[in-house]
Amino acid sequence: MYDIKALYEAYSVEEAVRLLAAHPEAQIIAGGSDVLVQVREGRRAGKELVSIFMIDELRGVTMEEDGTIRIGSLSSFHTITYSPIIQEHLSVLGEAVDMVGGPQIRAIGTIGGNTCNGVTSADSASTLMALDAVMEVIGPEGKRLVPIADWYKGPKKVNLGPAELQTAILIRKESYEGYKGHYIKYGMRNAMEIATTGCSVNVKLSADKKTVEDVRIGYGVAAPVPIRARTAEANAKGKPADAETAAAIGRDVLLDVTPRNSWRASKDMRLHLCSTMAQRAFTEAVRKSGGEI
Amino acid sequence: MVIGKSLPRVDAYDKATGRTKYTEDLCTPNTYVARIVHATIGHGYVKSIDTSEAEKVPGVVKVLTCFDTPPYKYPTAGHPWSTDPAHQDVADRSLLTSHVRLFGDDIALVIAEDDVSATQAARLVRAEYEELPVVLDAREAMKEGAPVIHEKYPNNVLSHTSSRKGNYEEAIKEPGLIKVEGWYDTPSVQHCHIENFICTSYMENGRIVVLSSTQIPHIVRRVVGQALGIPWGKVRIIKPYIGGGFGDKQDALYEPLCAWATTQVGGHPVKLDLSREETFTNCRVRHAILFHIISYVRPDGSMVARKLEMWSNQGAYASHGHSIAAKAMGAFPQLYPCDNVECDSYTVFTNRSVAGAMRGYGMPQASFAYECHAEDIVMKLGLDPIQFRRDHLMPVGYVDGFSKNELYSDTFNQSMDVGIKAFDYYKKRDLYRNQTGDIRRGIGMSVFWYNTAVFPISLETSSCRMVLNQDGSVQVQVGETEIGQGADTAYAQMTADTLGIPFENVHVVSNQDTDVTPYGTGAYASRQTYTAGMSIRMCAEAFKERILKVAFDYTRMQPYICDIVDGNIIRVTDGRVLMTLGDLATEALYNPKDSHHLTMEKTATIRSNAYSFGCCFAEVEVDIPLCHVKLLRVMNVHDCGRLINPALAEGQVEGGMSMGIGYALSEKMIYDQKTARLLNNNLLDYKLSTTMDHPKLEVHFLENEEPTSAFGTKALGEPPVCPVAPAIRNAILNATGISLHELPMDPHLLFREFKAAGLI
Repeated sequence: MYDIKALYEAYSVEEAVRLLAAHPEAQIIAGGSDVLVQVREGRRAGKELVSIFMIDELRGVTMEEDGTIRIGSLSSFHTITYSPIIQEHLSVLGEAVDMVGGPQIRAIGTIGGNTCNGVTSADSASTLMALDAVMEVIGPEGKRLVPIADWYKGPKKVNLGPAELQTAILIRKESYEGYKGHYIKYGMRNAMEIATTGCSVNVKLSADKKTVEDVRIGYGVAAPVPIRARTAEANAKGKPADAETAAAIGRDVLLDVTPRNSWRASKDMRLHLCSTMAQRAFTEAVRKSGGEI
Repeated sequence: MVIGKSLPRVDAYDKATGRTKYTEDLCTPNTYVARIVHATIGHGYVKSIDTSEAEKVPGVVKVLTCFDTPPYKYPTAGHPWSTDPAHQDVADRSLLTSHVRLFGDDIALVIAEDDVSATQAARLVRAEYEELPVVLDAREAMKEGAPVIHEKYPNNVLSHTSSRKGNYEEAIKEPGLIKVEGWYDTPSVQHCHIENFICTSYMENGRIVVLSSTQIPHIVRRVVGQALGIPWGKVRIIKPYIGGGFGDKQDALYEPLCAWATTQVGGHPVKLDLSREETFTNCRVRHAILFHIISYVRPDGSMVARKLEMWSNQGAYASHGHSIAAKAMGAFPQLYPCDNVECDSYTVFTNRSVAGAMRGYGMPQASFAYECHAEDIVMKLGLDPIQFRRDHLMPVGYVDGFSKNELYSDTFNQSMDVGIKAFDYYKKRDLYRNQTGDIRRGIGMSVFWYNTAVFPISLETSSCRMVLNQDGSVQVQVGETEIGQGADTAYAQMTADTLGIPFENVHVVSNQDTDVTPYGTGAYASRQTYTAGMSIRMCAEAFKERILKVAFDYTRMQPYICDIVDGNIIRVTDGRVLMTLGDLATEALYNPKDSHHLTMEKTATIRSNAYSFGCCFAEVEVDIPLCHVKLLRVMNVHDCGRLINPALAEGQVEGGMSMGIGYALSEKMIYDQKTARLLNNNLLDYKLSTTMDHPKLEVHFLENEEPTSAFGTKALGEPPVCPVAPAIRNAILNATGISLHELPMDPHLLFREFKAAGLI
C-alpha cells in the first residue's frame, strides 16, 4: 500500500499541463519505477501525483522529415531497444537502455523519467549527452527546445519550469549520421545494476577510416550530472584512429571528469575506470565504424 | 521403488499456479498492521519516547514502547532446548529495548488498522537518546576501552574456545620446516530469501496463535513462551509454506514481539510484515570471520605444526553465538590432519546486525580460509594442488574422536578425479602458465568438509506420525519443515518405498502446527533426509508390522509371511495379492466389534552424524584493467550418499553454488563507520549475484551410500555454498599470480590489490 495523497490522471499533454498548474506541489509520475520507490522510502510520501502514463501520444520512436529521430518521452526502454529506427541509426542508444535494471524495469521505465529525474547514473544520459540530444518541453507557455547541455542543472535538478513536462527527446540527423557509438556500463554485477560509471563514445571517421573526424564522449557518474569530456574530444579530433589515440583519450578524460568518493566506489577507482572505459569505448566505436585498431 | 527417481515435487503444481498459501495469504482482512520503530543511533540508551504525534494519526490503534514490555530476557537461536543450564543459549533479547545495540534496534511498535497509517505513525514517534560510541570490528571490540555492548561481557567476548593437540612449540623446532602464514577475511552477508520475514498472531480461547514464516515452529513455540513468561502450551505456532529461509528463519525473529502485540490489542489479529530493509538490518546475517593461519610444513607439503586463530563477528546480540565459530574451528584439525595443532576462536559482540545461522554455518568462511591457505602452501612449495590434497587431506578410515564420524569412502580423490576430467585440469594449468596481457584465464579448485545434523553437540530427535485412510492412502507428518528445498517430496518417496504404497498415495502434511505436529526441531544443519529419514523409516516399519497384524483377522495369514507391496497386502510365499490396503483400512475401521483406526507414531533419537564431502572446480577470465572477474565455468562435485530425488538434489546444489558465487564475487554488507548504520540495506546496493553473473552451474554426484543413514543419505542442503569462493579465488591466483585474502573479490578489492601489485 502506497502513501499517496491524490492521483490525477492526464490523457493529453494539455490536460497534464492544466493538472500540474492546478496542483503546483504535485509530482509527475510516468512508469513509476523511480517515483513509487521514493514514495515507499518516505521521500515523496503523502504527496499528490499527476500521472502522464495514459498519454499515448508521448509513446514511440519516429523519424521526422528532416531526419530528426523523435523519441516520445513515455517510450519504455524496451520500446527503444526494439525500435527498427533506433536499431538502424542509433544502435548505441538501444544498447545503452537495454542495460537498465532488469526486464521488468525496462518494460515499465521510460526514457523521459530516466532524464527528468536528473541523476548522473541514468543509463540513457551519457549516450544522449554524446548524441547532443535536444529535449522537447511543453508547458503553460507552449513548447520549447532545450539542448541537453543546458538540461542538467544539478543533482536531481533539470531545466523544467512550473507545470512543464518533457514530451520528447530529439536526435538531429547531423548528430548521428556517419557516427558509430559504443556504451560501457560499469557495474558490480551484470544486471539489476546502477552504473558505478558509464561511458558512451560516438566516433565519426574519415572516408578511409584512418582519421578521427569527430568524437563525442559522454559520462555518467563522473561528475554530479552527466557530462561530456570536451578536452579529450578536442585533442582527439583529426588524430589517427589508432591505439595511440585511444590511449591519449584515456589520459585526457582525466582532465574532464570529477568523480567523488562514496561508499559505492572510491574516487581513485572511478578515475581509473573513466580512463580505461573511454579507451575501450573509443576503440570499440572505431571498430564499429570500420576502422582497424 | 521411487527412491532415486526424479519425481515432480509434491507441491509443484500449486506453487507454479500461485495457489500455495504463504503467511500473508492467511491473514484475515481485519488484521491490524504492526510497524517497528527503529533506533536512529548505533549504540546508546533511549531516554524517553514521545508517541503523542503518532497516536494522532487516524487508524492508529496502539503505540507500545520499550518501557512497556514484559521483563523477560530470552534467547533466539533455533537450537533444541537443553535442560542443562550450561548448554542453553544466551538469553539477551527483550521484545523492545531501551539499550540500543545496533543502528535500527527495536525501540517501539505501532499497531494500526492499515499499513499507511502504521508507517506514517512510526515515522512520527520521537525518541531521545544518550549516545555511546560504536564498534564494528571484532578485534577492535576486544581492545581495552572499546564500547561495552552487553554489561555481562566487559571485553565484548561472548565466547573464547581453544583446542590443543600435540606440542606446537616443540614441533616447529624441526629443522628445514617452511613457514606459511596468512590472514583470510570474510564479510557479513545476508540470506536474501525471497519472502521477507512475516508473522501474524491472534488469540483464541485464551491462547496465542502465531502463523510464521519459520524453519523451526516447535522451537519458536518455546521461545515465545520464554519471552512472554507464559507456559509453552499457551502458545500455538503454525508454519505455512515459506519463501526460503537459508538459516535466517532458524531463529525466533519477531514471533515473540508479534505474539505480545496481539495480547495488547485484546487478541485482535496483528501482522508484522518486515520490509527488505528491515530484513537486512534486523534479521540475521552470516558471521564475518577473520582467520589467521600459520602452517609449518616440510618441503613435500606434509604438515608438522599448525596454528589457527579466528575472530567471529557476532553483531549486537548472541543468537547462535559461538556455535558457528566452533563448527568452523572443529573442521580445521580434521580436513588436513596434523599432529601438532593450536586453535583459538573468539566470538565477539559488535554493533553490526546480529549474526546467526546461515547456510553452511561457519563452513563457507572456514572453507575460504582453509582452502586459500592450502593453495598458498602449494604455491610456496611449488607443488601440484591436487597431489598436495591427495597426500594430506583426511584419509579414508579417519575417525573423529568427538563426533565419532568416520570417513567411509574415498570421496576426496573420487570427486577431484571428476573435476580433473571435466575441466581437463592439467591441460588448462599448462595452457594458463606465464600469461601476459590485459585479459588472463585461470583454473582453481577447492575441497570442502561438512557434516550432517548436530549430534553430539545438541539433541537430535525426529518424530513421525502416519495415518492410514480408508482408501489405502497415508498422511505423513514430521516436525522437519519444507522450506523450499523439497523435503516433503523426499519424505513421500521414503514413505512410499518403506511402507510399500504408491507415491501418489502418500500425503505429506506440509504445514506444521505445534498443536498437532509431532515434535521435531525443524529444518537446519542439512539434517532433513538424515534425521527425518530415521523417524520415517522407524514409523513406516512399525506401521507395516501393525497393519499386517490387523490384516491377520481378514486374511488368516501370519504377518511374517505377508508384506505390503504397491498398496496391496500380499502373501510373500507365493506372491498372491490377498487384499488391498484400502479394503483392509475400511474393514478394520468400520468393524463394529473390533475397530482399528490405523495410525503409528515414532520418535527416533539420532546418535550419529555423517561426513559429507566433495569439491568445486572453477575457471575464470580476469580483465585486469577493468578489475573484473568473469566466471567461465564452475562445477560442484558432491558425495551426499544416495540421492532420494536427483532433480531436487541438483536444485539444491545449484542454489548453493549461486549463493557461493555471490559470496565470492559481490556480496558484502557495508556499515557506516561513524554511526554503524547499514548503508546497503536493499537489493540494489547489496550485490546479490544474478543469473547474468552465472555460467551454467555444473553439478556432479558420487553416490557412496552412507552406512549410518536410514536411506543411505547425508548432508546436501548447505555444503554446496562452501567450496565455491575458494575455488574461484584459487583460479584468480592461477590467472594473475595475485593471492587474494578477503571476500568479496569484487572490483574494489581487485583495484586495490592489482594496484598494489603494479598490474594497473
